[in-house]
Amino acid sequence: MSPEYSELLRQRIAEVIARYPKKEAALLPVLHLVQRETGSISPEEEKFIAGILDLKPIKVREVVTFYTMILRQPLGKYHVQVCSNLSCTLLGAGTIIDYLKEKLGIEIGQTTPDKKFSLSTVECLGACEQAPCLMVNFDYYGNLDKERIDRILASLT
Amino acid sequence: MTKDFGLKNLFKIKVYLQQGGYKAVKKALEQMRPAEILDEVKKANLRGRGGAGFPAGVKWGFVPQKTDKPKYLCVNADEGEPGTFKDRYIMSHNPHLLLEGVIIASFAVGIHSAFIYIRGEYEAVADRLEEAIAEAKADGFLGKNILEIGFDLEVVVHRGAGAYICGEETALLESLEGKSGHPRLKPPFPASIGLFQCPTVINNVETLANVPAIILNGADWFVKKGLPKDGGTRIFGVSGMVKNPGIYELPIGTNLRKIIFEAAGGMKDGKTLKAVIPGGMSAPILKADEIDLAMDFDSLVEAGSMLGSAAVIVIDQETPILEVLKAVSKFYSHESCGQCTPCRIGISWINKIVRRIASGQGEKDDVDAIICLAENIKGKTLCPLGDAAALPILSICRKFRQELEGQLSR
Repeated sequence: MSPEYSELLRQRIAEVIARYPKKEAALLPVLHLVQRETGSISPEEEKFIAGILDLKPIKVREVVTFYTMILRQPLGKYHVQVCSNLSCTLLGAGTIIDYLKEKLGIEIGQTTPDKKFSLSTVECLGACEQAPCLMVNFDYYGNLDKERIDRILASLT
Repeated sequence: MTKDFGLKNLFKIKVYLQQGGYKAVKKALEQMRPAEILDEVKKANLRGRGGAGFPAGVKWGFVPQKTDKPKYLCVNADEGEPGTFKDRYIMSHNPHLLLEGVIIASFAVGIHSAFIYIRGEYEAVADRLEEAIAEAKADGFLGKNILEIGFDLEVVVHRGAGAYICGEETALLESLEGKSGHPRLKPPFPASIGLFQCPTVINNVETLANVPAIILNGADWFVKKGLPKDGGTRIFGVSGMVKNPGIYELPIGTNLRKIIFEAAGGMKDGKTLKAVIPGGMSAPILKADEIDLAMDFDSLVEAGSMLGSAAVIVIDQETPILEVLKAVSKFYSHESCGQCTPCRIGISWINKIVRRIASGQGEKDDVDAIICLAENIKGKTLCPLGDAAALPILSICRKFRQELEGQLSR
């Protein structure tokens, strides 16, 4: 059975396409919109998007595999992305990463069995003045220590 | 520029207007001709604040005045250079300042369609930009017939999706066109063949945010704030082992030691300085005794580094230089777009060697091997990412060779 995509999503996609002189330029914004609704871009989503933008599905696949933030598999409800770049490493990102692995009981690249948390390391988030920092979905948290991490995790219901 | 950043709700057009906002747009569109604006920005010696430092006025001048094709402006808000966070501040606290710069630049060059390419992670910032654009449109500063002078301009916010290479101007164009961020060969330059094969200007956020003040106060005022060949102030972003990491707007040419030890409060927790990366990770490293230099484009080139994005990363003695090398090689290895062999293979090969050293399996020729690989990447790649990896790696290996070789067991 092919997946259903909400009317609101289709409307938003149409609005976004209208902002560009060429349809295919809307691919990245459309990928963001679809991923927000479905959680990831599977082959079904690739076909759906390709159809709307008059692209070959392989073209969509190429773009999906190029960009780090476009996911091919769904992740947990909260994607905890810890910066592992230089300023954060200088200020203890290693300790933060180890602590999160311990608290969540998973390795980097894994999701908790209850599908609540996924853990990744990412490159520079552009918040180096608050190093070490992490991003949960799109929310930034900085000046991290074990206490702050405990509070952050507790607040994520 | 940054003095108003603490002002509550400055991002709201009502507050921005109260502070004298949009006066520069009014002056430029109602009292100046496009050629005059171009001249003023050229005289101001406003050099690009993204990394490359190309003079903005000169770049605008490369776009053909008469052409059948539409012209485009792309604001580079990708801010991926490690250590850099200044544009995030500008866009979050003062989005209307950026929009004023966009409007003036577009008017000067004859552009009616602008895209703000913002990194995907800055979702909240992108939302704020969208709100500011809607406010500006409602007040007649964007859209059709701006200020009733017959000038149209639409601004679209376009979010990236986690690729550092899309901060490179031609990769940005490819990404905006809906493709992978594979940089293009230059020439042709975007000013003639850019977005959708049309003449395009690409400018960094901070570069454009400086334009309104140049219009209001004049080129001479701007030059006097900095240096003759390098006008204005820079927003230095200091991070790493300092007491007060953050943004510091200072004249171009300010001494680096002063930036670290006065502006940013000096070393944190009583630590000693080991090294500084002065312009974002792509800038070759400086040792602790090399920081008495003026932070301007030419002085840093003379010192074998670069001003880049003015992102100052401060490294302490207790941090093994291998940690720095690890972070550098991991980053570029991850971010290489894969198009050209020296970068794709060379950087990941270096990364493998560095990881092997870090796991205690370093061999006696490893540092030489890394240097050899980096020399074979340098100057041999399609885009600047190759050099952005090779030059810092070479500087770390050469300046800290002894420390690195101490890590090799066999």
